[in-house]
Order: sequence, then C-alpha cells, then structure tokens
Amino acid sequence: MHIRVIGIVLAAFVFFAAPFNAISANAQDSFVFTAIPDQDETRLRTRFEKVARYLSETLEIDVQYVPVKSYAAAVTAFRNDQVQLAWFGGLSGVQARRAVEGSEALAQGAEDQEFVTYFIAHASTGLTESPDFPKSIAGKTFTFGSKGSTSGRLMPEFHVRNHFGKSPDDVFSRVGFSGDHSRTIALVQSGAFEVGAVNFAVWENELRDGRIDPEKVRIIWRTPTYPDYQWSIRGDVNRKFGPEFVERVRTALLAIDDPELLKAFPRSRFIPATNEDYTPILRVGKDIGLID
Amino acid sequence: MSAAARLYRRSPLARTLFSFFTVALVFLIFADLEIATVDPWDEFGRLLTGIVTPDFFATENLISALVNTLAFAFLGVAFGVGFGFLLALGFHSRAVRTFCVVVRAVHELFWALIFLQLFGLSPLTGILAIGIPYAGIVAKVFAEILEEADGRAVDAAPSGASRLSTLLFVRLPDVWSHFRTYALYRLECGLRSSAVLGFVGLPTLGFHLETAFRQGRYSEVSALLILFYVIIASQRLWARRQLVPVYLIGAALVLPWATHISGANITRFLTIDIVPFPLRNGDGISGLIDWLWLLISTQALPGSIATIQLTMIALVATGFLSALMFPFISPQMFGRPVRGISHFALVVIRSTPEYILAFVFLQLWGPSMLPAIVALALHNGAIIGHLIGRHTETLALRADAPTGLNRYAYELLPRVYRNLLALLFYRWEVIMRETAILGILGIATLGFYVDSAFAELRFDRAIFLIALTAVLNIAIDVTSRRVRAYLRLRTTLEGR
Repeated sequence: MHIRVIGIVLAAFVFFAAPFNAISANAQDSFVFTAIPDQDETRLRTRFEKVARYLSETLEIDVQYVPVKSYAAAVTAFRNDQVQLAWFGGLSGVQARRAVEGSEALAQGAEDQEFVTYFIAHASTGLTESPDFPKSIAGKTFTFGSKGSTSGRLMPEFHVRNHFGKSPDDVFSRVGFSGDHSRTIALVQSGAFEVGAVNFAVWENELRDGRIDPEKVRIIWRTPTYPDYQWSIRGDVNRKFGPEFVERVRTALLAIDDPELLKAFPRSRFIPATNEDYTPILRVGKDIGLID
Repeated sequence: MSAAARLYRRSPLARTLFSFFTVALVFLIFADLEIATVDPWDEFGRLLTGIVTPDFFATENLISALVNTLAFAFLGVAFGVGFGFLLALGFHSRAVRTFCVVVRAVHELFWALIFLQLFGLSPLTGILAIGIPYAGIVAKVFAEILEEADGRAVDAAPSGASRLSTLLFVRLPDVWSHFRTYALYRLECGLRSSAVLGFVGLPTLGFHLETAFRQGRYSEVSALLILFYVIIASQRLWARRQLVPVYLIGAALVLPWATHISGANITRFLTIDIVPFPLRNGDGISGLIDWLWLLISTQALPGSIATIQLTMIALVATGFLSALMFPFISPQMFGRPVRGISHFALVVIRSTPEYILAFVFLQLWGPSMLPAIVALALHNGAIIGHLIGRHTETLALRADAPTGLNRYAYELLPRVYRNLLALLFYRWEVIMRETAILGILGIATLGFYVDSAFAELRFDRAIFLIALTAVLNIAIDVTSRRVRAYLRLRTTLEGR
C-alpha cells in the first residue's frame, strides 16, 4: 500500500519538476551566452539571468544564460555553437576566437584595458612590496589560479619565465593551481602556499569585504598592465539572428548602465573592444607554450 | 633459520604481502609528504563552523540539482546494467572481453570530459559517462555470476530446448536475485558518480558542491553533503522494483533534452581534434616524434610514476585501515552503542567522495601526496571495513573464545584475513582509477595532466594520456587477477 503512495508522490514530484528543467534548458533557436567562472559564484545564476533578461528585452529575442564549470568548458561551448556569446578572460577569449572563424571581441570592461596581477605572499616569508620583480620568491611554494586564467596563470607565468629564464616548475619548490582567485587568496593566507598570483580586481573586492587578513597575506609585486576580460561573439550570428545582429549586441552591451547588472562582472561600465586589442595576449600565450 | 624466514619461504601469501610492503615502503620514502601549512586553523575553524551550521537555502536551483543527480544515476545505471547484461551473454568472445576491459579502465570523469566535447551539456553526456564504464563492470560481474551458477539446472533441461529458452527459463531464474542485488549496489555507485560528474560541469549536486567548497562556503557544503548522505542512506526505502519504470520515465522526462547536438562537432572532434598536433600541422613523422617525446618526458612519465606511487601506498594503507576499522562494527567485539556509532561513521566516510576528503586534508596539510593517500585509504578502508565487519556477523566463535585484543588477533583477524585481502586486491584497480579525480585537485598524477590538457584545449594530448591511464589500469587488473588466483583469494558479490 505505502509503496504505491511513495510512487504517486515521486511521480508527482517528477512531473512537477519537469517544466522547471524544460524552462532552464536552452531551446535550439534562442541566443545563448555564458561567462567564465572566475570568482565569487554566489548566486551566479541569479545575477547572470538578470543580464539575460536585459539582453532579451533589448534585442527582442529569447536570450538564455548557461553556467559552466571551467574556462575550457566556456571555450568549448562557444566553439561548438552551444553558446554564441561569452564573457571570456583574455586567454580564453583568444583561444575561443581562434577556434571559431569570423568571431569578434565586442566589448570589454573599462578596467580591462589596464588589468593587473598581484603577486601575494604569506607574512612568514618576510617579503614586502617592491617596485621591482621579487627575485627572492625563487625556491618558495607558489600557486597560480585556474590553469586557463589570464591574470592567474598566463601573465604571472610569463613574468616568472621572463625574470628567471626557467619554467615555474624549476623556479619554485612546488607549483599549484588553486582553481580560482578567491581560493588563491585563501591558500596563501593559510600558508598552504607561500606565494601566489591573483587577479587585482578580486583582491580589492575581497579586501573591501573583509575576507583578507593583512597581518597574514600581503601584496609583494604588481605586474605591468595588460588587456583582459571581454565579450566575444560568434561570426555566424548575423546569419542566424538577422543582419547587423553583431552590432546590435555590441550596442546593447555598451549601453548597460544598471549597477545591478554591472555587479555581475564586476565592472564599472563596458567600452568597445577589437580582436587586435588582444594580440599581446596571443603573443604571450604562444611564448610560454600555452597556445600551439 | 628464524621463524619469520621459514614463514617467508613456505607461505606464498607472506611472500606476496612482503613484496607489496616493500614496494609501498620504497615509494613512501620517495613520496612528498611534507606538511606545508602555517595557519590552517582559521580556514579549518570556518570549515568546522560550516559543517555544524548547514544552510539548505544557500544553493540556487537546489531541487533541480537533486532531481538531476537522481535522473543521471537512474538512466546511467539502467544503460550500464542493460548493456552490461547483453555483453555478459557474449563474454566468451575475446573481442567483447577486451571491449569491457577498455571501457571500464577509464574513469567516469574522463568519459564525461570526452563526451562533453562530443555532446556538450546534453543529458547524453552524463548518461553515457556513467553507463559506458558501468556496462564494462556489470558485464564482467554478470558473466562471473552466470559462470559460477549451478550447472545442474542446465544439464536437466530438455535436450531440444533452444538457447534462448534455456537462458530465459533455466539460467536466469537461478541467478536473478544475484543480478538484482548487484544492480542495486551499482545504483548506489551511480548516485555517487552522478554527483561527482558535477565537478566537471554536469548540473548535479557536485556542480554546487565543488563551487561551494572552492569558495569556502562551508555551510552550503554541509547542507549539500547531508542531502547526498540522505539519498544514499534512504536508498533501501525508495529503490523498489515496482517503482523502477516510474523512475526511468520520470528521469527521462526531467532531463533537459533540448540541447542541440551537432554532428559536425562530433566529426571534428574525432577526425581533427584528437589527431596529434604535428600531424595536423603537416610536421610529419619527425614532428610527431618530438611531440611524443615532449609529452612522455614531461607529463606521461612523471604522471605515471606518481599515479603508481600513490596507488601502491594507498593500497597498503587501505589494508591497514580496514583491518583497524572492521572490529568496531563487529558484534564479536563491541556492543550495540559502539557498533551503532561506528556504522554511522563508516557510512559517512565511504559515501563521501574521495575528492571531498582530499580537499579537507589539503586545507589542513597543504599540497603534497599526504592528503591524497589519507583520502583514498579512508574511503576504501571504510568500504572494506564495512564488508568485513558484516562478514564477522556470520562467524560463530566458541563460548570460551578469548576476549578483547586477543579475540581480535587470534580469532577474528585470522578468519577474515583472506577475505580482507581478496577485497583489497579487488579494489587495487579501483584505487588507481580514483587517483584520476585527485589529479584534478592538483596532485600530479596522470589525472592532473589530463585535466591540464583539457584546460589548454589540447585534446590530442588528453586522449593520449587517458589511453595511458587505461593501459595502467588494465595492467593492474591483470596483475591483481594473477595475484588473487595465485593466492586463491575469492570475493563475495558485494565486494566487486
């Protein structure tokens, strides 16, 4: 008897849940975008679904957001046409646009023209901030962020190779990849790694939120600036969504002024970007062997 | 001649175990076990606070993640059991056996990473990532069950009976209950696999669990883990034969099938992406040799060594831990209260994915091989400890048997020793496969390099390295089978 009851309850539950999933699924002809998961992912979906709603209203088509787990997953989804627009990092954007002919960088955050990576160290190392590259980090333990990150991997690895003439594995006693910037800060703060490289925007954010103990972890060097995050779009969207679609999306992105929406990135506003803006990133990527 | 030397000469068991100890010990001497953290207590304090203050409302789309976890598990296991059953019928063919060995030698996570390239975030990715390796495992176990079945029933069947009717009316009824038990056990594994697939992006509990863990939101972690334990622990209540069709249809309905699958992507992945870069680029054979040499010397070789090293140390540690754990749930050793608490502890430890255990220890001790060894040994030790503890329930001791430590050392351990070893050798291959997932956490096993290759979108390297993990796994599988045959060790159904 009670088995039948359980069955009915479960069946009801399943049928009740089905429409929710169907809604969240991206229908074939909607315009879909994603964003690399690089920092605070609390309510990530809620935040980006607001952006989807804004784009949907402005472009007057159905716009969906799909969450992804890694930088590589974002690039793959873009390449496989499962998303047509993405908020990429510098490196992932270059990788994605190389994989899809005719794709374009549309817009970047105002902060992204002059992005910076901070090298941070645990207080026990005795290292303090200096304007010159801190050569004394050799032999210490070191953590990057995600393997595919521009600010957490590409640029810091470039500077390490540049100043030591050796790969990070040969410079440091141990090299790790924390996965994301918040984690890098936590790992250096706990002393699990002595030194780390972190996206400056995330550092400033966490500092403001009181999640950083200045007694335990501090900045020891700031890299020269480089271009980073950007919106990229596939080249074939004009064919699918009508002429001038690329330009309409660009205009829509540049027009975002609602602080609620900008907080999802977090950026103060968006400015136009081109593929050429990212040539330095491509060069560095080839230089350190991350791009063939 | 000393007693130990005599034992060593006479007993194949002692000789084998001695060589395993030696190998593990040598690896242990060279292992990186440094405890690097300076201030782990802040973060650990936050973790403990989080664990005792679960927050069930922190996760967005929680219901959908729960439903997806169940749905992927149902469909994946159904596919695995169904396909595995068909394969089991053809198990006499070498081609089928080889196919099964190869598909089960690759970890679910790697299957998922490959299928993600082919089908994107379509439900097919999750179902096949669970179903394909499970089919290989199920086929092997089902074939063994059929083989071990009582042959007299088949002999007694009328001589004119067709092969199909013999199968349906004579062989199957005999083994049906074993099949059912095993399928149910697979469902438990499937739930764990389904959750873990979230780590690479499928919309299951693991998706949120990994994020929450990485971001240090421990109250959310605690809530997600509790939900996960509840699902696994309550399995006996809801996993009923009559409800299977409801679950399967329900699962097929809730998954978001609308995702677009493109034939062109599949073709491109199979014919271009996984072809070694120098060949695609027209660098010819010499380019290919350079590519291979670089890949082998910088990734494949160090990765393989670390994988074998971790596997061997974890195997021996698992043996010790399971021997330590089982008495705590044995009615021969302890009363109800202790056993109750120990049962609970073992269920929690073995249901917790190794990834989570390793993550916690990584936080405490910093990055070295130590967190990985302890995580693997605890998880597998709890599984074997549970099975052996259960096994002691069937043992009858003499009324005047010694008590306490003497009972453990002279009565219990000798009786279960061979079972314990059989299970341990059976899990050898499992332990190696699980080192893959720890690679994703940054411990430099082959899994680490596979993860890097996917992160760099170098699928040619990824496939080469995954193939290497499969070769290592098959080597361990074969060795383990030889060792078990040599020592005449047999396992019960549940241990497989």
